Amino acid sequence: MTTAFSFAPDDWRAQIYAALKRQNVVQVGYVPDAGHASLIQAVHVDPEMKVTVLTTEEEGVALLAGADLGGERGVMLMQSSGVGNCVNMFSLLRSCGFPFLTIVTMRGEWAEFNPWQIPMGQGTPKTFEHAGFLLYRVDDPADAGPVTEAAVRMAYDAAQPVAVLLSQRLIGAKKF
Amino acid sequence: MLERRDTVARLLADRSPDLLVVPGLGSSTYDVAAAGDHPGNFYLWGAMGGAVCIGLGLALAQPRKRVLVITGDGELLMGLGSLATVGAKGLSNLAIAVLDNEAYGETGGQSSHTALGTDLAGIALACRFRVSATVRSMDEFPRLREMLLGMPGPVLGVIKTASTEVPRVLPERDGHAIRSRFKTALLG
Repeated sequence: MTTAFSFAPDDWRAQIYAALKRQNVVQVGYVPDAGHASLIQAVHVDPEMKVTVLTTEEEGVALLAGADLGGERGVMLMQSSGVGNCVNMFSLLRSCGFPFLTIVTMRGEWAEFNPWQIPMGQGTPKTFEHAGFLLYRVDDPADAGPVTEAAVRMAYDAAQPVAVLLSQRLIGAKKF
Repeated sequence: MLERRDTVARLLADRSPDLLVVPGLGSSTYDVAAAGDHPGNFYLWGAMGGAVCIGLGLALAQPRKRVLVITGDGELLMGLGSLATVGAKGLSNLAIAVLDNEAYGETGGQSSHTALGTDLAGIALACRFRVSATVRSMDEFPRLREMLLGMPGPVLGVIKTASTEVPRVLPERDGHAIRSRFKTALLG
């Protein structure tokens, strides 16, 4: 596979990108996030990807519902603090049986310095469970590709809402 | 002021097979249903604030179809940021019609922000919509229709309507059935 974007050799986000491409994920909605930065750059320079920057995460739930109505697969990239912004919009997925895939960079769970990140970081898995999501978690860089690929298939072949949580330990705690 | 049900019926009269319609929850969904049930309607019964972005995802996936979101002022105000998102994408096949009665009709008619000074057409222009206008009388309907159905988008038309009660026309409300019918009609 050729891509206009070059990931750093040890950047496991390259495997996430490759899995999304193999599984024909076309639409990407995202709220800017440091943990997703190289993946966001890669999808932006990929002419086959339709990339939408969102003002808030709940827009991404609606965006990917629309993509599904039009026959396209999508993914939303966000941070754990954004999960709470989606709660009512998640009802759309359950009410209509939409498939949905999100990849979430976690804060507030590993060597977090900012106490304001902890409530939503700790609440993220419970929020997804309440909304009926299937949850995957990546702690080991070697799992990033295979877990993403399995998650896409569960979302779009089995028509489920699915979230992949990229742990803060994997991403590296933010330093200031 | 325009009459909402009549305006929606005239917008959707003799509709093109290439037109897909996403009505926002509440009165907009009833107005679109009253104009005639159609498999190319994706009726919303919830997801308040989401109609515009559902239309955006659909318009991105179906660039050869015209996507028309028909929603109310309250529904749009709940997802106002989505106008910035749509403006940034600049899609030519996406249009938004706002039935603006300046009130929350489903909850007792409380004033909305459009009654208190907010100019939705001005916000859309400031978000880089190609065309945006407010219409206040039926004399302007031909221009409204041309804007919403013909002009390259993103387009937003604010339709000032009276807050009169109209009978509810309730379409299918099983979301699985609505989604399945819509996708089968569009994608086979």
